[in-house]
Amino acid sequence: MDFAQAFWVLLLGSLLGLELIGKVPPTLHTPLMSGANAVSGITMLAALTLIITAKNNLPLLIIGSISLGFALFNVVGGFVVTDRMLAMFNRKPSKKLK
Amino acid sequence: MDVSLIQSFINLIAVLLLALGIKGLSKVRSAKEANRLAAFAMFLSIIGLLTYYLGKPGEGITQQSWLWIILGSFVGSLFGAILAKRVPMTSMPETVALFNGCGGMSSLLVAIGVIFFQRNETFIQDISILISIFVGSITFSGSIIAMAKLQGWLQTPSWTQSKIRHLINISIAIISLVAFLNLIQSVNTSTIWLLVISSTILGIGVTLPIGGADMPVVISLLNSYSGIAAAAAGFVVGSQLLIVAGAMVGAAGLILTQVMCKGMNRSLVSVLFGGTLSSQIKKLDSGGEYTNITSCSVEECALTLEAANKVIIVPGYGLAVAQAQHTLREVAKILEQNEIDVSYAIHPVAGRMPGHMNVLLAEADVPYEQLKEMDNINPDFPATDVVLVLGANDVVNPQAKSDQNSPLYGMPVLDVQEARTVFVIKRGMSAGYSGIKNDLFDLPNTSMVFGDAKQVLSELMTELKELGVGAK
Repeated sequence: MDFAQAFWVLLLGSLLGLELIGKVPPTLHTPLMSGANAVSGITMLAALTLIITAKNNLPLLIIGSISLGFALFNVVGGFVVTDRMLAMFNRKPSKKLK
Repeated sequence: MDVSLIQSFINLIAVLLLALGIKGLSKVRSAKEANRLAAFAMFLSIIGLLTYYLGKPGEGITQQSWLWIILGSFVGSLFGAILAKRVPMTSMPETVALFNGCGGMSSLLVAIGVIFFQRNETFIQDISILISIFVGSITFSGSIIAMAKLQGWLQTPSWTQSKIRHLINISIAIISLVAFLNLIQSVNTSTIWLLVISSTILGIGVTLPIGGADMPVVISLLNSYSGIAAAAAGFVVGSQLLIVAGAMVGAAGLILTQVMCKGMNRSLVSVLFGGTLSSQIKKLDSGGEYTNITSCSVEECALTLEAANKVIIVPGYGLAVAQAQHTLREVAKILEQNEIDVSYAIHPVAGRMPGHMNVLLAEADVPYEQLKEMDNINPDFPATDVVLVLGANDVVNPQAKSDQNSPLYGMPVLDVQEARTVFVIKRGMSAGYSGIKNDLFDLPNTSMVFGDAKQVLSELMTELKELGVGAK
C-alpha cells in the first residue's frame, strides 16, 4: 500500500465519519460514544499482525499479545456495555404490549 | 482465488457493516441491532486477517504465534466481558473511559513493538509510529485520569486551577514536540521513552484540571483520539481497514464532542483550557442572595400533586447520586393510577453524561414514550400543573434566557417556571455545578422541598398512599 493510496483512505474514512452522525438524539449520546469506542479497538488487527509477523521474536510476541489483550478488552467490553445500555431502551415497548 | 483478494473483499464488507453500525447507533429504533452489526463486523475483520495469513503461500501462522494470540485474546475478552456485565449503570461514564484508555494503550504498544523490532525505516512509517505513540499515550493517561476523577478517586488539585498549569502543560508539550522532531531525524531508544513519558504526563496534565461535569466532553474527545491512534497504527502496519475504521471513529467522535459542547453552551476551548466553570464564576460575582424562598413540607407537595392533572418530572444529577430512580418510578406509578398525566423532561446534558438520565430511568422501567426531549416538552410547561425538579439546577435556571450578563446566558434550558407550581427537591440551597444563583428558586410559584431525593420521594409515596391516591 503506497502512501497516496493510504492517504485517500484516511480522507474518505474521515469524511464518512463526519457524515455518519449528523443528528443524534441526546438519548443515544452515551450508547453511541460507547459503541464508537468499541470500534476504536480495531487496533486489535494491528496487534494480531504484529504477533503473526513476529515469528520467533519473543519480546515482540509478548508486546503483541499484551496489545491484543488491551484491544480486545476495549472491543468486547465496549460492545457488551453498549448492548446492556440499549437493552434498557428496547425492553419498554414489549412490556407495554403485555 | 488470490487470498489478498478474498481479504480485501471481507474487509470491504466489514467497513460497510461498521459504517452502517455507527449510523444505526444514532437512531433509537435500530441502535441495538446496529451495535451487534458493528460487533459482527469486527469479528469479520479478524477472520479476514487470519484468512490472509493462513492462505498466503510462504506466510502461515506459527504455533507459537497462535499461543500468544489465544492467550492475549482470551485474557482481554474475559476481563472486558466480566467488567461490562458487572458494572452498575450509574458508573457508565467511567467504564467507557477505562475501555477507551485501553484502546489507546493497544495502539501505543503496537507502535513501540514496531519501532523496536520491525522498523522498515521509511519516513511514512516512522511518522505514523510517532503519532501513534504520542496520541496513544495521551489517550491512555487522559482516560485513566478521567476514570479516576469520575470514580471519586481523584479530586481536582487546587494548583491546577491557577495559571501555573498552562506553564507546566506548555513546557511538557514542547518537550514532546522536541522529542518527536528528534525522532524523525534519528531514532534512538532513550528519545522514544522521552516521547512516551512526556506525552503520558501531558495527558494527565490536560485532563486533571477539568471539572467533573465537563468530563463527558473530555471522554468523547479522548474517544476521538483513540480513533486517530488506531488510524495511525493502520499506517504503521499498512492496513486500510484500520485506517478507515480509525478515521471514522476519530471524525464521529469529534462531531459528538461538538454536539455535547453545544448542549452545555460551552466551547471546546473553554472546556479544555478554562478550568472548572465554578472557579471562573467566583471571580465574576458572588451570585447574589436569595430573597424570596418558599419552603414546604412533603405533605403539601403530596396534596398539590393529588389535585394535578398533568405532572412533569425534571431529573438531574442529584437523582443519579441519590440512586432514586426506582423510588421515582414508584411515585409516578401511583400518580398514573390516579389518571394523572406524567412525563419526564430530559435536558440534553442532565446527569453526568448526555443520555445518562435516559439510561437511568430506563433501568427503573420508565416507559420510553414518557421521556421527552427538551424541545418537545418546552411548549407543554404552560399547560402543566406541577413540575417536580429532582436534583437538577442549572438546566432549569431562567437566567439563561432572561439575563444577558449571566454566564449561563444562551444555554438552552427547560422552561419549568411556566408551569403553575414548581417543586424543587434539593438537599440545601447550595448552587449547581456552575455555581450560579438560580432565579427559579425565588419565583412565587416555586416551593423548595429540602432533603435527599430518595428520602423525599419515599416520604412522598407514603403521603400519597395516605391520601388514597392510587388506591382506585
